[in-house]
Amino acid sequence: MKVGLFIPCYIDQFYPQVGIATLQLLRKLGCEVEYPQGQTCCGQPMANSGYEHLTHQCNSLFIEHFAGYDYIVGPSGSCVLHIREHLHDAEQEPAAAGIRSRIYELTEFLTDVLKVTSLPARFPCKVGLHQSCHGQRGLGLAQMSELVAAPFSKPLQLLQMVDGVELVELDRKDECCGFGGTFCVTEEAVSVKMGKDRVADHVKHGATVITGTDVSCLMHLEGILRRGHQPVKVMHIAEILNQTTDEQANS
Amino acid sequence: MNRQTADHATLADKFNENEPRVNWHDETLWWVRAKRDKQAWSIPEWEQLREAASQIKLNVLGNLHGYLLQFEQQARQNGAIIHWAADAAEHNEIVTAILKQHGVKRMVKSKSMLTEECHLNPHLQANGIEVIDTDLGERIVQLADEPPSHIVLPCIHKKKEEIGELFHEHLGTPAGNADPQLLTAAARAHLRKEFLASRAAITGVNFAVAETGEMVVCTNEGNADMGAHLADVHIACMGIEKIIPQRKHLGVFLRLLARSATGQPITTYSSHFRTPVPGKELHIVLVDNGRSRQLGREDFRNSLKCIRCGACMNTCPVYRRSGGHSYHTAVAGPIGAILAPNLDMKDYADLPFASTLCGSCSNVCPVKIDIHQQLYKWRQVLVKEGHTTAGKTAGMKMMSAVLSKPGTFKRAGKMGRWVMRAFPGMVNNRLNPWYKQRDMPAPPKQSFAEWYAANEEKK
Amino acid sequence: MMSSRDKILSAVKMNQPEQVALPSLDGLRGAMPATLDAYRKVLESLGGSLFEISDEKEIPALLAQHYPEMKRVIAATSGERSWIHEDPHMLEDVDMAVIRGQWAVAENGAVWVTEEEAPVRVLPFICQHLAIVISRERILATMHDAYEKIGLPLTGFGVFIAGPSKTADIEQSLVLGAHGAKSLVVFAL
Repeated sequence: MKVGLFIPCYIDQFYPQVGIATLQLLRKLGCEVEYPQGQTCCGQPMANSGYEHLTHQCNSLFIEHFAGYDYIVGPSGSCVLHIREHLHDAEQEPAAAGIRSRIYELTEFLTDVLKVTSLPARFPCKVGLHQSCHGQRGLGLAQMSELVAAPFSKPLQLLQMVDGVELVELDRKDECCGFGGTFCVTEEAVSVKMGKDRVADHVKHGATVITGTDVSCLMHLEGILRRGHQPVKVMHIAEILNQTTDEQANS
Repeated sequence: MNRQTADHATLADKFNENEPRVNWHDETLWWVRAKRDKQAWSIPEWEQLREAASQIKLNVLGNLHGYLLQFEQQARQNGAIIHWAADAAEHNEIVTAILKQHGVKRMVKSKSMLTEECHLNPHLQANGIEVIDTDLGERIVQLADEPPSHIVLPCIHKKKEEIGELFHEHLGTPAGNADPQLLTAAARAHLRKEFLASRAAITGVNFAVAETGEMVVCTNEGNADMGAHLADVHIACMGIEKIIPQRKHLGVFLRLLARSATGQPITTYSSHFRTPVPGKELHIVLVDNGRSRQLGREDFRNSLKCIRCGACMNTCPVYRRSGGHSYHTAVAGPIGAILAPNLDMKDYADLPFASTLCGSCSNVCPVKIDIHQQLYKWRQVLVKEGHTTAGKTAGMKMMSAVLSKPGTFKRAGKMGRWVMRAFPGMVNNRLNPWYKQRDMPAPPKQSFAEWYAANEEKK
Repeated sequence: MMSSRDKILSAVKMNQPEQVALPSLDGLRGAMPATLDAYRKVLESLGGSLFEISDEKEIPALLAQHYPEMKRVIAATSGERSWIHEDPHMLEDVDMAVIRGQWAVAENGAVWVTEEEAPVRVLPFICQHLAIVISRERILATMHDAYEKIGLPLTGFGVFIAGPSKTADIEQSLVLGAHGAKSLVVFAL
């Protein structure tokens, strides 16, 4: 099974450790993983701003880099959702359709394709899980609180396999953090207020680490935490699932 | 009336100047969402009900022409007088003409978002006719000279102390008294006089049944009934999308409406108006005002399924933290943001962007409107139609150029991270909206691509 | 020139999508029991109250006991019909109206009342307090059952009444008695 590693642009530039953890974790679980050099972005920043028509070159690039893989896996629900819903290319539509059906967000790849039932990970911390909306409601990584339907959560299922993790309950388990792409700057006041409220929910319930499946949300929450000089740490779920020793957890 | 003209972000910014008040607004509406959840979970077949409602409405959209004719014919047989209004202006003229014909100078109105959409009140006022809104929340905002901030909870933005002051000034309640019980009793006494004196009453319409020509109006207060039954002339104003095929379909919608709206199993009164009482008049004004145009927009026609329950507002994290007035349109919140651009793209170009596209709205919606998908699609339409700024377009083109060329992206990223490390002041300043209340991420020395090249490809 | 009616209808005809079939309403009833207990529970949660009686003759005494201040009572259930011919505005001073209800719905506490039972439409709304007499044999589980029983309209007006008039417009504080009846008592025969 050949997996193409999709590392979204802002993870590449600002959170390389998330990419590294994803790569290591997938290899640890027996996948043959490659990172196609030259990949840039899924095109979502333009598309969500109303400029989907400017994304065709991003789309062609994406197809060029990923068409040859059995699976495409990325540590970002939002970017994966964008590809799954909006990757089109008039000149190579069958290839685009193929990618749309073979792209997975990391946690759903672990639970649904690799069918992981145990992980060699240890992370003795009080962890709050931020359910990012695009992953949750868009990709169906977890049941949403709006529906009258049986609950499930793929990220939670994986976190529960990690030795020592103590998960905290939140008052609002799937409220949006307010990042929202360019929303975070065009609607600065509401975006920050939403983020502050999310942070407060985690802090109130004693989380020392906030984790999630989307670095974009976590970057926003981290920005608020750091401005408020709060000691809570922010980590992508791949970093926790890839933790093996206590030393690493404390580093 | 104080109508807002600034855009959503500016008005939301202002709303957020008072954080404790934002918290209060957010928590009040979240509480309504929680009540809705409780009611929904009491119905194991909830999701099937939503699906049925959505399918019924889809059937209506596909045969609206036939159903409108059927409704008109049935309603005429019932003795109602039918009027058709192409737009808001014609709607207002029709209502004014009926009232003038009966010499009405002062009259009562129960809740109708359509008349808000058409700005009927100022029109009537300009014609020398005083309108008394009788829904308590609507009366409160009317006394405050404000538009409603929520379609179901019109004065949800107002604190009881402010309402106490308003009532002290206008209704003579004791100064400093903000007891909801006392204030409601005062409104009851005040509005009873209006009901008894009013010869005409305007109501909205929740559902109009094609099969029977009857209209259903839902209230908790009983104000629509007090107005309509005591008046000689009942004018019911409805958008053409309010039609449902058959009476039995009311069972589906009445099970969903109040549970979704306020978390009640049903509104106190679900009144079925079919014929006027002998000697009285029942007028029904069927209003288009852009609805037939929206019907033709394939991506957006599902917005016409809306039954105006307001659940999308209560659940919307942006609405809760920006307030209804920040949407500067009669129907606020997520549903308003997909309806308003159909009325005027230029005036409401900001609204589809007042969302994080979190998708909560689409999943509480009792008729399963794909609201957040439509927000995304409106963004594309608005930009294509030129309702954007030159600066934004230039920025997006630049971003696209950088992201379209791997080499440029790599160099730009490297340079960007270097600048952030060497001259943090270049990004960490007040001109960067991110930095105003959030720290920037610490730029690493190596990107992931660089790390991979150094550690993996050399192996 | 085309009338607005024709303009609207032709625009609708041109723009409406292809018609899809109506869904079946079978299987939407869930497992709601059609019992007096279930009905009472919901009614009480709405602020209404319920008394089980075995004869309508028990009603006046019960009302007198629970509403000692009443001056004007109209019992639409009785043979006294003179009020029907009054100007409806004159009903403003009615303290208590007693009417019959056709069907009661357990899932939401609603009772179906038409012009048959309340020959003056405003009566159940304008009275200060309202009493509705229902038959326990005529309690239904859901609104689907209700519309099935009610069928097509035979009167000019009908209403589901679920509890007393209420509002929560002031800071979501529930207040009973907005414009309609301040209290609702249901007598189950």
